Amino acid sequence: MIAVDNLTKSYGPATVVDGVSLQLPQTGITSIIGPNGAGKSTLLSMITRILGADAGTVTVDGVDVFASPGKKVARLLSVLRQDTSMTARITVRELVEFGRFPHSGGRLTPECRAAVDEALAYCDLTELESRPIHELSGGQRQRAFVAMVLAQDTRYVLLDEPLNNLDMAHATGVMRLLRRLAEERGKSIVLVLHDINYASAHSDRIIAMRDGAVVHDGPPESVITPHALHEVYGMEFTVHRIEGDWIAAYYR
Amino acid sequence: MPTPDQATRVVQEPPASSLPPADAPRRLSRTAWVLLGLSALVLASVALFLTWGVDGHWDFALPRRLEQVAALAVVGTAIAVSTVVFQTLTHNRILTPSIMGFDALYALFATVLVFVLGSAAVETMNPWVMFSSTTVLLLVGATALYRWMLGDGSRGLYTLVLMGVIAGTLFGSVQGFLVRIMDPNEFDSLLDQLLPSFGDLDTSVLALAAALMVTGVVLAFRLAPTLDVLTLGRERAVTLGVDYRRTVTRLLMLVALLVAVATALVGPVTFLGLLVANLAYQVTRTHRHVVTMVAASLIAVVALVLGQALLQHVLHFNATLGSIINLVGGVYFILLILREARA
Repeated sequence: MIAVDNLTKSYGPATVVDGVSLQLPQTGITSIIGPNGAGKSTLLSMITRILGADAGTVTVDGVDVFASPGKKVARLLSVLRQDTSMTARITVRELVEFGRFPHSGGRLTPECRAAVDEALAYCDLTELESRPIHELSGGQRQRAFVAMVLAQDTRYVLLDEPLNNLDMAHATGVMRLLRRLAEERGKSIVLVLHDINYASAHSDRIIAMRDGAVVHDGPPESVITPHALHEVYGMEFTVHRIEGDWIAAYYR
Repeated sequence: MPTPDQATRVVQEPPASSLPPADAPRRLSRTAWVLLGLSALVLASVALFLTWGVDGHWDFALPRRLEQVAALAVVGTAIAVSTVVFQTLTHNRILTPSIMGFDALYALFATVLVFVLGSAAVETMNPWVMFSSTTVLLLVGATALYRWMLGDGSRGLYTLVLMGVIAGTLFGSVQGFLVRIMDPNEFDSLLDQLLPSFGDLDTSVLALAAALMVTGVVLAFRLAPTLDVLTLGRERAVTLGVDYRRTVTRLLMLVALLVAVATALVGPVTFLGLLVANLAYQVTRTHRHVVTMVAASLIAVVALVLGQALLQHVLHFNATLGSIINLVGGVYFILLILREARA
């Protein structure tokens, strides 16, 4: 379990994340939604140590994220960042091998190779493994980074807007992959999403943030409602039930 | 899936064996060939340097020349490794440690010494005292500078580099001021120290420099996998478990040590690092620091040994090795910038 307690981050007078406390489960998909500037990405960055917190604590299965050695935390929690650009000239396989760094310190063991092979196969990248990252399309590159996170083999996988710049086919592909990971491997997937309908269709739980605080937290049917969404985004929604999913319409 | 405990045992092996054995046979053989070829070049250039124009005076020429080769190897390796590490830290292939104010700090120190003690005292100073004090001062100065610049770690590396440039300009201005009010004869003697020279080396100092260099280089190779991860950028390195601030501080101190050793030994040799690091990236085409650091060191030794041979036998000491390096390095630097601008 990831326990977030009273986490706060300010930039000058602006408080971006304001005393957030929540608990993220051991399994399943949890989505964090909210308007721009709600503090979603900042919250995720603090949980994953990329950003220092002004106040508050984060513990992952009892391990204090801010006080423990980096490698110990990196074996519990992996992160897929929004930015998948890459200046280093490395191949898909080399990228995925970096996922083993917290375990092996850079010297691959046979178990590491097996984990890398498996991650590549799981993400359908075996044929692309010797291609340089910068030659790949956006969707392929996103899959390569997912494979790296897979090779890291942590219970908790956090993703910051993994569907950015992907078309529907690739976005749905990534979400299905994450769903499979949660179900087959029993991992806990936490994502920041902008598309509330992807969140609704694939999540076990949705956390809605606004102005640096959590305003709604619950299963899709309790958060994807016209009333709750209006509170979060400040605009009108109609919500339809389509083949078992709660789908919000807000286009007109 | 492996458990973390099984996989955390890190075996320290010699650098060459940490290359991936099975997964990329073509690339591995390429890397192996490149390193073998560079080693052969080192042997050939050293052999040339040792035997060129000896004319039978072997027992006189050989020990002296071997000593020079050793000095060139120490300087070359220190400069090459420190530049590769520095460029990985800054994610920039046209920066060198000298941009952090290194050369300027050295020049300032040498100038203050001549200004305060007078050229006669400096020229007769014990080489051990001279070398150690210069190394310690550069190391302490650079480390203090970095500590202050790094602050709480929230400033980016570019801010750090910018502060380095400003510090370098400050040192340069103070040094320029001292030179302006200095006796012209004193300045003449100072010039000898400010221009890199491999001619008048002391063996006792060389042993100490070699020991420091080996320490620094061993540390760099032990951190090579971490350096590989750092090429992915700060955020990814953090998420892969690198304690970023501590690691960067350590690596910057390592760079400071290596550059201090090389500079204290022969004076500032700015462009050499830039030249050899970029040539190494070009011929190895890999992100693995174990490979690039070895390749850059080998290229540096070849460049210095050939340059020195050229200087002695073709130019008959009518130039300095530093000016040859700066000429070749400067041209290469311009080419690099032109290529970056076009890309």
